[in-house]
Amino acid sequence: MNTRGLRSQLKDSVPVAGLCPQGAYGVQDSLRSGFTSVKNELLPSHPLELSEKNFMLNQDKMNFSSLRNIQGLHAPLKLQMEYRAARQIQRLPFLQSSNLALDTLRGNDESIGFEDILNDPTQSEMMGEPHMMVEYKLGLM
Amino acid sequence: MALSNVLETPLPGFNFDNAARNAALEGLYDGGQTPKPMKTGTTIAGVVFKDGVVLGADTRATSGEVVADKMCSKIHYIAPNIYCCGAGTAADTEKTTELLSSNLTIFSQTSGRNPRLVMAVNILQDMLYRYHGQIGASLILGGVDCTGNHLYTVGPYGSVNKMPYLAMGSGDLAALGILEDRYQQDMELDTAKELVRVAIHAGIMNDLASGNNIDICVITREGVDYIRPYQESEYKDRNMKYRYRPGTTPVLTKKVVPLKLEVVQESVQQMETI
Repeated sequence: MNTRGLRSQLKDSVPVAGLCPQGAYGVQDSLRSGFTSVKNELLPSHPLELSEKNFMLNQDKMNFSSLRNIQGLHAPLKLQMEYRAARQIQRLPFLQSSNLALDTLRGNDESIGFEDILNDPTQSEMMGEPHMMVEYKLGLM
Repeated sequence: MALSNVLETPLPGFNFDNAARNAALEGLYDGGQTPKPMKTGTTIAGVVFKDGVVLGADTRATSGEVVADKMCSKIHYIAPNIYCCGAGTAADTEKTTELLSSNLTIFSQTSGRNPRLVMAVNILQDMLYRYHGQIGASLILGGVDCTGNHLYTVGPYGSVNKMPYLAMGSGDLAALGILEDRYQQDMELDTAKELVRVAIHAGIMNDLASGNNIDICVITREGVDYIRPYQESEYKDRNMKYRYRPGTTPVLTKKVVPLKLEVVQESVQQMETI
């Protein structure tokens, strides 16, 4: 299997923390993330891990491309503009935002899935370090 | 507690952090002694008759080679007009049907319409296909809606089948034999109930993982009749009441001391009985 190809595929999608090294210059940061093993880095250990990380993105891509084919370019453009606007209504990264506008646009306010029950971020017992998270988000890290 | 190695909040939903650890641990146990999830090795069956749908299920839940639950409920409520039998991993069927039921309730409250069976089937199919069979739930959905009486089955990988009679679970071959032989279109209620009972009975007799009682659920336009148990097994468990009959422990001595009470004050209150 072409490992470099897989790595580039991973990079194109949502950055997956833990599958790409987080330290500076792309080298594994042993202090923060622990020791590495080649096997762990190349392939996700659970068959669903990759597909679940990218599920929302892939759904959106599918929906937007079929919308473009049916109604023309304006339809996905307008929707994506609204999504971008709604996604910007956020608190600081270490606090939980309700994402109310984004949920309403997506239709998630009328459905219950595993993401509402399992691993609910509003009820997480751990918090990230505020300074580091803001620096990571701003790209200063 | 603030963790310094968390740079982004984890996404809600399934968390696969322990998958690598579990894979490493599995190699350590010889012969695979990891605990097995509770399965409902089952016989479930459903039949469409003239006025509605009859669903039937046995009530045994196994965990490995041990019967974990003798009176397990395998017919789950989805909507007032839709019920679902579940085979496979017990927790998966339970939670999947609860999620489906919640989603349908939200839909019926926001739109003001009764949910249709095809909507339930589509939601289930999307959910089970998304997880590629990792959710081990084989379900038989039956219900009556504005378009008629329907019976569907959804497999663990997301396959859907629509038939007038269905059986799933480890005892499905035995039940299907009975159904194939005796099913007719537009049966009466009693014939349909008897057919489902005999089908589940065949599954119980011929499959180790099915047993104990038989539950039947009849869904018609007028309402739902959930008969639990429809037929109890002849082999009853010992009596679960732990009350000892008087005389079990011998009385050695007996001493009676009368308490002397004096009447100090007496007052009479009239009760108003209206």
